[in-house]
Amino acid sequence: MKRSTDSNSRLRKVFGKSEFYLLLVIIVVSLFFTILKPSFLAFTNLYGMVESNSFLAIMAAGVLVVLISGGIDISFTATATVAQYVMATIVIHCGGNMFLAFAIGALVGIALGLVNALLIYFLKTPPIIVTIATMNLFYGLLIFISGGTWIYGFPMWFMERNLVRFGDNPGITIPILVLVLSFILTWLILKYTALGRNIYAVGGNQEAARRVGISVLKTQLFVYCYMGFLAGIASTVQANMMLTVAPNALMGRELEVLAAVVLGGASLAGGTGSILGTVLGFGLIVIVQNGLTLLGISSYWHKVFIGAIIVVSVGITAYQRKVRERKGAIINVED
Amino acid sequence: MLKTDTGRGRVSKHSEILSLGAILAILVLLFSLALPGKFLRPSNLQSMAFQLPELGVLAFAMMITMLTGGINLSIISSANLSGIIMAMILTGDLASSAGGAGLGWTIFLAVLAGLSISLIVGLVNGMIIAYIGVSPILATLGTMTLLEGISLVITRGYVISGLPRNLLVIGNGTFLGIPVPMFILIAVAVVVAIILNKTRLGLSTYMIGSNIKATNFSGISTNKVTILVYMISGFLAGIASLIMIARFNSAKAGYGSSYLLVTVLVSVLGGINPNGGFGKVSGVFLGLVLLQVISSGLNLLGISQFLTLALWGALLLGVEALRLAKRRGR
Amino acid sequence: MAEKLLEMKNISKRFGGVLALDSVDFEIEKGEVHCLVGENGSGKSTLIKIISGIHTPDPGGEIYVDGRKISHQKSSNSVREGIQVIYQDLSLFPNLTVAENIAISSRVEAGSRLMKWKETEEEALKTMGKIGVSLDPRREVSELSIAERQVVAICRAINAKARLVIMDEPTASLSKKEVKSLIRVINELQNREISTIFVSHKLDEIMEVAQRVTVLRDGKKVGAFDATELTRQRLSFLMTGKEFQYSKLTPYFGEEVVLEVRNLSRRNNYKEIDLKVHKGEIVSITGLMGSGRTEFVLSLFGMNPPDVGEIFVEGKRINPGSAMDAMRAGIAYVPEDRLQNGLVMEQPVSKNIVLTVLKRILSRIRLLSKVKERKEVRRWVDELSIKIPSADSPVNTLSGGNQQRVVIAKWLAINPKVLILDSPTVGIDVAAKDSIYKIIRELAAEGISIIMITDEAEEAIYHSNTTYIMSAGRIIGKYNSSELTERELYEKINGQ
Repeated sequence: MKRSTDSNSRLRKVFGKSEFYLLLVIIVVSLFFTILKPSFLAFTNLYGMVESNSFLAIMAAGVLVVLISGGIDISFTATATVAQYVMATIVIHCGGNMFLAFAIGALVGIALGLVNALLIYFLKTPPIIVTIATMNLFYGLLIFISGGTWIYGFPMWFMERNLVRFGDNPGITIPILVLVLSFILTWLILKYTALGRNIYAVGGNQEAARRVGISVLKTQLFVYCYMGFLAGIASTVQANMMLTVAPNALMGRELEVLAAVVLGGASLAGGTGSILGTVLGFGLIVIVQNGLTLLGISSYWHKVFIGAIIVVSVGITAYQRKVRERKGAIINVED
Repeated sequence: MLKTDTGRGRVSKHSEILSLGAILAILVLLFSLALPGKFLRPSNLQSMAFQLPELGVLAFAMMITMLTGGINLSIISSANLSGIIMAMILTGDLASSAGGAGLGWTIFLAVLAGLSISLIVGLVNGMIIAYIGVSPILATLGTMTLLEGISLVITRGYVISGLPRNLLVIGNGTFLGIPVPMFILIAVAVVVAIILNKTRLGLSTYMIGSNIKATNFSGISTNKVTILVYMISGFLAGIASLIMIARFNSAKAGYGSSYLLVTVLVSVLGGINPNGGFGKVSGVFLGLVLLQVISSGLNLLGISQFLTLALWGALLLGVEALRLAKRRGR
Repeated sequence: MAEKLLEMKNISKRFGGVLALDSVDFEIEKGEVHCLVGENGSGKSTLIKIISGIHTPDPGGEIYVDGRKISHQKSSNSVREGIQVIYQDLSLFPNLTVAENIAISSRVEAGSRLMKWKETEEEALKTMGKIGVSLDPRREVSELSIAERQVVAICRAINAKARLVIMDEPTASLSKKEVKSLIRVINELQNREISTIFVSHKLDEIMEVAQRVTVLRDGKKVGAFDATELTRQRLSFLMTGKEFQYSKLTPYFGEEVVLEVRNLSRRNNYKEIDLKVHKGEIVSITGLMGSGRTEFVLSLFGMNPPDVGEIFVEGKRINPGSAMDAMRAGIAYVPEDRLQNGLVMEQPVSKNIVLTVLKRILSRIRLLSKVKERKEVRRWVDELSIKIPSADSPVNTLSGGNQQRVVIAKWLAINPKVLILDSPTVGIDVAAKDSIYKIIRELAAEGISIIMITDEAEEAIYHSNTTYIMSAGRIIGKYNSSELTERELYEKINGQ
């Protein structure tokens, strides 16, 4: 292998990655929307897009990490619901500050994630089944114990969303900050820590990971606890934005988040995925929804578009893989 | 001398069913003790028998796809769309202007349309999974989202109601004291059991669930089988929707979304191996009854439905733990 | 006299009622290449597992590394002593880069918290340089060929400071050229005083690379020999305790042509194939890996339709577009890796056997008839003497040999005219091979034609009537098997 072909192969690598095509599609779609409705590109609009979806986006990072490890978790919205409720109750009755609010959310999330991790590891049941069960368990228990009542009346300090203002424009708000930090943290973990690389290893070949001395248990513990952690943080962000806690409001969009992460290149089989891909995948879905709204297309059509995007994109990916596998033996037949 | 199952062998093969049956018996006992005179009352039994079938048919729709090692996340939205189409035809101009025999034809047309829709959805699912090679979770996730969207667009969130009275009998009538939907459920269970145990399609389904490559090399067209399985799944979802709209005299988008996870629960509870290849109709049926008994019993005890939800989750985990212990003990 | 790296004395291991190893001695010197040979059940995998620390030997056994006595050998200890096992699946991570794969053992061992990419790449390059290979460290392992992956696995072992590398059947999926490269790498390991234990039974490879060979049989050590002392006959005798003498088959003076292929071509697979198979004839198709043989027979089996050409079965033209078409025409195909792809392991024997002939066990109302199913299963169980506890036992509860018979049963059930066997004896031991050859000859004697894809020259020469050689998608030779010698065939296959 000559080293001089490095630059060539690097270029080819860029074109080969699915993230590249996603970016292309995003650019095209954004152009399309901008032409039809220039206000699409307005800062306030883009800003609003990011902020209003921050709850789901933060959790998408958690879903990414779980998928890379070869697992899956659909109980994260239930975890978020519980974390949000506990956090709100404590904060309203006992006071505190923003850090405390996030800390409580995070701790509750980690605790519930721990439950998932232990069940998945020791029961040896497929993670989708376990998390379906825990989803029902967490949510059912919460509503039962809490009576499903909404929570209002957050303390003043909780209502403050802006951290930095730039004149009249919205500045850096808590949701945005937490979102960016979460993504950076996840990126750092995945790329630059041994733990992150172990997650890829376990997802790529669990048996081999065990053989080289990686503790699959520890890795899985981290992965599901991290998911819980992000769910807890996200739920605090959501409370900060909505200033009410409605226990049944957070559930129902798990599969959409999953679809967005898969759109971004993560595979259900594990071992692949990146933060960049998740950002792009999630971003595409958010952009399409936002654009459709701006164009005045009723929200009923949104699901149709999103569903179509999912079907087409996973279809293309799967078909490419199928063709690549069948090509397998290309024999240079002598003429 | 070729041995078939010895007595002991047969018992161990059915031990799963037996333990489920035993749990069911114990629960019924407990509930009737806790609710003397109320639980085993005919009206309660009848009410359970009314609620069970729509979930039951959906559970069978989920079960057969799980046997192939897949899953069908689109059954609820497919059922909803079918229900909406049927309801639209039944409450539309066709229905109101017709009367008598004409009404009969309209009902027939509506049911045909509804079932066709879900059959086609199943076809699309099957083709995407078999020919394009998309994983079942993602494929049915995509169609589920699409169908939800289409349902929303058609109904704009409104509920369609006011169905002809003749139809409501399907959901609310009884025959010899047994609710009509129950007959439908039993018929469905019998047909599915026959298909799975006694047809080439059924055998192929199990084999594909365990090893699709080897089955393919044995001359079975795994693509055809996969597509057929998802079509049947869709068809069953259509039947479930018929029961649902008849029972509630209405149809809307987004109905029964919590049912999806419950059907998976029921299937796994009933012994379906989520990786495919194993599981019987009788197990799923028992799992259904089990869940319905718990649900009704707790309801009668005044316990919130959410606690029931939590209990279902705990029950699934408990059953898996028991299975693990049994495997270890062997 | 080189120092002893590892010395094991009086090693026994009992599992429940089975004595897997019985007072076995084993030793290997620094920088030695030592082959470990034995049938399935000879105890060689148990011995390997004891060396690598997965099992501990029963009391009374002693292990010395560098002359030092080791007690309580655990797998983490053995890694520390420099013992690395390369399993047949190579234990690589296809989604990670070459560099990451190479460095991963040492990274995990070092326990560092952070991932240092640049250093990892440098480390990988340095390691590859030690044995004179160069792969792009940034490539994903999933893109590599099997031979390249093996190199990565070996590099990982070296990177983990291995002093003893154990390779389990490393040449199983390699082409002859790749085997040569592997042998060169092993020689480089030798130069670096790294010892190698090589588990294999391919005599030509053993002779080329090993200094000594230890033979195990039934848990006991038969002996340790210089590689030069061995011949294939002697080796198989030592491994099995039995003599397997084969006489060549007579050339086939055929009458009835059962299968004829004319000018069959498929783009990027094979070109202009002409082939004739007579009734009861055994035809073998040899050639290097990647010569198009499997692609060609899959076309006969309907799973890889050709672009051009004609296929005739008993004079009638057929155009199989699916496996079912081919089966209807009387063609059966037993895939390579026949246990993975030929059987549904978790399902009952009965279901496996009738899977190919479901039409036959239908009752009048077109439902599956249990009675007919039992009858069909009983027929084959009796005819092929398959030992099963019950017809409903899952196939994975059967012994290997009986599993093979189930595979054969399900294909004989369709009354095939032509039975295609793709590498039928890969990975099975000498005794089982013998029973397979017997079955093949019996089937041929009953009038079933056999097409056998094989990589072993000896197999083609002694167990087929006619030998075809394929290379780069074309047939480059057709011979009466009895007229060939191993050397000749080897040379022709390798284009010399």
